[in-house]
Amino acid sequence: MFGAGGGTSSYQEVEDADLIVLWGSNARHAHPIFFHHVLGAVRRGAKLYVIDPRRTETAQWADLWLGPEVGTDIALANTMARVIIERGLVHQDFVEGATSGFEAFAASVQPWTLERGEAVTGVPAWAIEELAVAYARAGRAQLCWTLGITEHHNGTDNVLALINLALLCGHVGRYGSGLNPLRGQNNVQGGGDMGAIPNRLPGFQDLHDADVRRRFADAWQHPIRPEYGLNLSEMFDAMAEDHLKGLYVIGENPAQTEADSALALERLGRLDHLVVQDIVLTRTASLADVVLPATAAWCESEGTVTNSERRVQRVRKAVEPPAGARDDLAIIAELAERLGRPLGSTDSEAVWEEVRSLSPMHRGMSYPRLEALGGIQWPCPDEDRLEPPFLHGRLWADDPAERGPRAPFSVVHDAPPIDRLDAEFPLRLTTGRRLDSYNSGVQSGAFASPLRRGETIDLAPADAAALGVVEGETVRVVSRRGAVQAPVRLDRGLRRGLAFMTMHFPDEVDTNQLTIDASDPKAGTAEFKASAIRIERLTGPEPATPTAATAATATPTTPTTPTTPSADR
Amino acid sequence: MTDEPTTTPPRTVQLTVDGTAVSAAEGDRLLDVCRSLGTDVPTLCFGDTLTARNACRVCVVELDGNRTLVPSCSRPVEDGQVVHTDSDRVRHSRKLVLELLGSSVDLSLTEGVAAWNERYGADPGRFGEPAAPAAAGERDRLITGEHPDPDPDHAATVAQPPKVDNPLYVRDYGKCILCFKCVDACGEQWQNTFAISAAGRGFDTRIATEFDVALTDSACVYCGNCIAVCPTGALLPTAEFDLRAAANWAPERQHETTTVCPYCGVGCNLTLHVQDNEIFKVSSPSDHSVAHGNLCIKGRFGYVHVQPPRRRTG
Amino acid sequence: MDLHLTRNEPSTPERDAVDDVLGAPADRTAAERAATGQILRAERGGQAVRDRRHLLLPALLALVDRVGWLSPEGLDHLSGRLGVAPAEVYGVASFYALIPLEARPTPTVAHVCVDLACRLAEGASEHRRRYDEDPTVTVVDSPCLGQCDRAPATLVSEPGSPARHRVDTTATDSSTSDPIATSDPIATAAIAQRGEPDLTLLRRVDVIEATDLDAYVAHGGYAALGRALDLGPAAVVDEIDAAGLVGRGGAAFPTGRKWAAVAAQAAQPHHLVCNADESEPGTFKDRVILEGDPFAVIEAMTIAAYATGCEHGWIYLRGEYPVARERLEEAIGLARGRGLLGADVMGRGFAFDLEVFRGAGAYICGEETAIFNSIEGYRGEPRSKPPFPVEVGLFGRPTLVNNVETLVNVLPIVAEGAAAYRRIGTAQSPGPKLFCLSGSVRRPGVYEVPFGRTLGELIELAGGLPDGRSLQAVLLGGAAGTFVGPEHLTLPLTFEDTRTAGTTVGSGVVLVIDDRADLVDLVGRIAAFFRDESCGQCVPCRVGTVRQEEALVRLRSGRHDRNEQDRDLALLDEVGRAMRDASICGLGQTAWNAIESALTRFSLFREDEP
Repeated sequence: MFGAGGGTSSYQEVEDADLIVLWGSNARHAHPIFFHHVLGAVRRGAKLYVIDPRRTETAQWADLWLGPEVGTDIALANTMARVIIERGLVHQDFVEGATSGFEAFAASVQPWTLERGEAVTGVPAWAIEELAVAYARAGRAQLCWTLGITEHHNGTDNVLALINLALLCGHVGRYGSGLNPLRGQNNVQGGGDMGAIPNRLPGFQDLHDADVRRRFADAWQHPIRPEYGLNLSEMFDAMAEDHLKGLYVIGENPAQTEADSALALERLGRLDHLVVQDIVLTRTASLADVVLPATAAWCESEGTVTNSERRVQRVRKAVEPPAGARDDLAIIAELAERLGRPLGSTDSEAVWEEVRSLSPMHRGMSYPRLEALGGIQWPCPDEDRLEPPFLHGRLWADDPAERGPRAPFSVVHDAPPIDRLDAEFPLRLTTGRRLDSYNSGVQSGAFASPLRRGETIDLAPADAAALGVVEGETVRVVSRRGAVQAPVRLDRGLRRGLAFMTMHFPDEVDTNQLTIDASDPKAGTAEFKASAIRIERLTGPEPATPTAATAATATPTTPTTPTTPSADR
Repeated sequence: MTDEPTTTPPRTVQLTVDGTAVSAAEGDRLLDVCRSLGTDVPTLCFGDTLTARNACRVCVVELDGNRTLVPSCSRPVEDGQVVHTDSDRVRHSRKLVLELLGSSVDLSLTEGVAAWNERYGADPGRFGEPAAPAAAGERDRLITGEHPDPDPDHAATVAQPPKVDNPLYVRDYGKCILCFKCVDACGEQWQNTFAISAAGRGFDTRIATEFDVALTDSACVYCGNCIAVCPTGALLPTAEFDLRAAANWAPERQHETTTVCPYCGVGCNLTLHVQDNEIFKVSSPSDHSVAHGNLCIKGRFGYVHVQPPRRRTG
Repeated sequence: MDLHLTRNEPSTPERDAVDDVLGAPADRTAAERAATGQILRAERGGQAVRDRRHLLLPALLALVDRVGWLSPEGLDHLSGRLGVAPAEVYGVASFYALIPLEARPTPTVAHVCVDLACRLAEGASEHRRRYDEDPTVTVVDSPCLGQCDRAPATLVSEPGSPARHRVDTTATDSSTSDPIATSDPIATAAIAQRGEPDLTLLRRVDVIEATDLDAYVAHGGYAALGRALDLGPAAVVDEIDAAGLVGRGGAAFPTGRKWAAVAAQAAQPHHLVCNADESEPGTFKDRVILEGDPFAVIEAMTIAAYATGCEHGWIYLRGEYPVARERLEEAIGLARGRGLLGADVMGRGFAFDLEVFRGAGAYICGEETAIFNSIEGYRGEPRSKPPFPVEVGLFGRPTLVNNVETLVNVLPIVAEGAAAYRRIGTAQSPGPKLFCLSGSVRRPGVYEVPFGRTLGELIELAGGLPDGRSLQAVLLGGAAGTFVGPEHLTLPLTFEDTRTAGTTVGSGVVLVIDDRADLVDLVGRIAAFFRDESCGQCVPCRVGTVRQEEALVRLRSGRHDRNEQDRDLALLDEVGRAMRDASICGLGQTAWNAIESALTRFSLFREDEP
């Protein structure tokens, strides 16, 4: 946001905050140690607000939990914004001095009365008002979110709606107040920072910036083309249109992690050539023309990763990899060599030195310094000092020149999920993680977790009663794209009409057969959080569904690790 | 308007430790001062990430003007204190604490105890033959405020079979000295899961789930933050417990490497404890700002996918 | 918080018991909505729920009162209602002897006292047999019930709605033929001095109806509070300081200094705790005041609150005093109704209210910081000091903790002035003192004397030993005190004289042991008492009390040769010194006192010495 691709605040600031909003985040389960910092604040007396359609384990810690309809986050945020404006709680100095577009924004939220907000989101007006007022009045307020915000067809607009709130109240750019997306994978932040996204070069530097391109061209002795690449959704679209015929997948398992997996598989099948580099034979790897066995980046090789608070930290080799597995760097270097472009040393520190030479925000981070300080948050341009732990402090500078470009308000409009509920598909399915599992389950599936119950379709008790199904009964879950079978689990944290599944057990229950490939045009993230489904009881002999076939042929665990993830998921 | 917390340097106080004048920062504890002087003070229940419980009392020192000895782990420094870390009274109480613990608890995996017994002349055996171990669950059913008449021929102990009720870690409460660190780590100070509590009273106090239900029926989320703070090996990952039980424990073939967790984006540091290229335990550096020594179930136990024989290539 | 509950439903009585304490729940509707799957859109939780943890122990006792024990379902329900994890509820419940974790064979339980005075009492075994032979009750051994003047004693608890608790005793001069029926808490014999003109602390006890507010006022009640409100808070503190009042609970800390320290604390609010957890074996003086003159305690607390800036007070009352609880609650209600408690005390613009908080069977909860943990809904474990309660006490706030007897001394000081007060007693131990005479005396009971009377005079006051008995020993100050011999009969019972003589006034216990009593048995009981009552936090006390009792059992077994005997005596001394030096709190620090004094002063286990 405002030109930086990371959360604004450190974990310590979360601990020091007076008020924390977790929006679309089940951090208690998905980011347990981040939640320790939240708990530290709560135990100190900070107020916790949780916004999530489900009353999750996280929500149970909240002083106030708000459970909006899935996909109504913009309506909620805009209603809050209107409350803040109407009640005179706008941080006038900040808005006037450091932002742009307030008038248009204020006009855009004018229709979002509490009554309308309640009607659209389902959250009682008093709760919306209480949250808005508390957020605006807090001394130090943190607004944190996860995939409940981003995994929508309009995920980017959702984020902008939250940024608007922080701008209104001046809750950004100072110690203890900030906006923080909680990263879902151990190096999703670092991947973006290093340019593993379509529009950036290492150091999160814009590919359209001629100065940047020149510096890289000089260093690499090769011109850099000023063209953005494709994001993940665009790649799959390009496959569908046969523009994209070859794919090199490193540490990703799109055959099981893409929304609408039947469609994803069909598209992967159209490729002329698929190369998969991974630490185990994933489902995707099993489709590949060439598999490149890799070392586990976190314990079989050296390097760095970057966490949610922008802290660059060293990973180190602790165990010898299995015979034949090679370091990611070595594989890439050899590929480059065979393509006629030797990359030089594959020693991790040497590569890191090259990063430092080209990325201003990493320049101050030598390996010895990373070691000594337990990691360093970016930006760190100087080797002899550390920057404040938060971003965008410039917005508060007295001198307008120092303040730099204004942070823009964004006019964003409520847009309900693409997959509409109707009589045929009356239930809203949303997805998420469980504490002991992770993504498609192949890293986490290997250890014997006493908490693991396998995939279930979680239903509100009243829905189950209405459907005549009981806990443990296997049912068929049907969406407009596919169907799976899963046992029912009752969850009192679900209201009527809301159902929940994970993607942790795709070999047994391929939840992504249900999800919709409706993607955010800017981020390329699919709307995993909102599918329309119905539940069918299994009567008589089991019907032969694609799921049953999959379950019968799949191996129990097909691990994968995203060494360089391409989407925050 | 960035109002970052200001760090005013703490006031300095002057005190005397074993005749040596020393200055310390207000807020320091006597233990910090002793350690800064190189004075070895034994500790058992002290944990660097937890509020001092001062339960074991092995770190007591003599403080002039105080009727009783004081626990150095929790006693704040004050101007003019005169501290004795090796007086007869101190040596006596430390010796007795070591004897009382050693006679009632299995300290075989507790680091430092052998040397301290030597130093203080502690003889845990002098209270008599240890009583036979309790049956499984027997100590969990003890009734508060009652106890049978003591057996004149045996010294009471907390010996009992290990509790093995889940695949990830073992609770061997015959080794539990009741430092309460696991309870604090599971509870309010870190994890806030509250799967375990001290239950009962006096010598019958034990660490327990509600009604001693199995961990798998409790609130436990297997973060293992209790294991991380256990000073006596009463809580061990099953992998380590089995390695020791199989008599295959070989410290000389072990190493520790710190890296970053492969799961979510929080960035917890993991210290992998490896013997013969196999990970048998995962800990987290307690002085690191991200996790303060804590982990979740995935970080603590989710390493199995890189272990043989699960993973092979070719 | 994210609780792990089993969802097993409690019985209706259990649900009602919890709801009686926690109120008809706003969140029950939420739970019901969740269960029925009705709209679930916003829910409060967090701090607002966790702030009610001080209701945990009252709710646990309500469950036991209703159904006789804490069932897993009852625990689960309470856990969910209070947002306290089941393991924690279990940890707290299992700390207390009065909260059974298994259903008893019969709902009605007889807690038969097996402690010092009841051991010495005539007819103790017949008394016990009555319950042993009754199939409708379950017999449980109990530590001292504070009925030593009417030993032997039994607390009978019958769960129900309401639960019924009664104390069965054998009043020494009771004219009733059936001792079981004698559950009047103040046996006439308890106050042998009843109505004597120079009584200060006991002057109303058994003279007026305990809960008759008009009679209380007619007998000088609320004069002190009126004067205090005239003086202003600072002058009241000065008066207490000038009077030289020191704490009567056993530690003898200057009360004025404590009040001044609390009053000076900037942190708000301040809390007031009246320590009525009288559990020291042989002690029953506070019970007599609480049962016989409850308004005096309330008035004194009101003055203390006024002087030290407290808006709320708690009377931490031991669970074994059902009658005191009943009377205190009645008296509090009456005082409130008369504007003597509440938002505007005596119409003078000062707000104060108080409540009775019931203990649940834990001697350690008489330790001032253990009280805080107990009220807050944690295990009643003492806290480490510093910080001291005057700075960081109940709910982390500055807190004044005073014993019942200490508080009622405030009334004469404020009413008549420090100078008049100092005319009672000695220069270093000013004021009157209550002593609990029990054991082998003709008229056991509470006696009020000025500090300075000798031990012999006190025993004479209680009628001396029965005919044909001679004095073997006296236990002064209770289980945490010391045994003294006949040579101490001339000892003036002041703080200074007892200290010099190597003994203590302690809580005012004077347990008289005649020549026929088995001193070794009493010593053994004291060792067992400390082993049962140790909270278990610190090693010296937790294990030391076990090793102490074991060594005594070995010594008593008679199988020792001289060397083994000497070794065990040395061992006891070593363990005892470590407990005294290295324990966290006064319990462990004094667990060796009485035993040491018995072993050294009476040469126990050294009979064959020349």
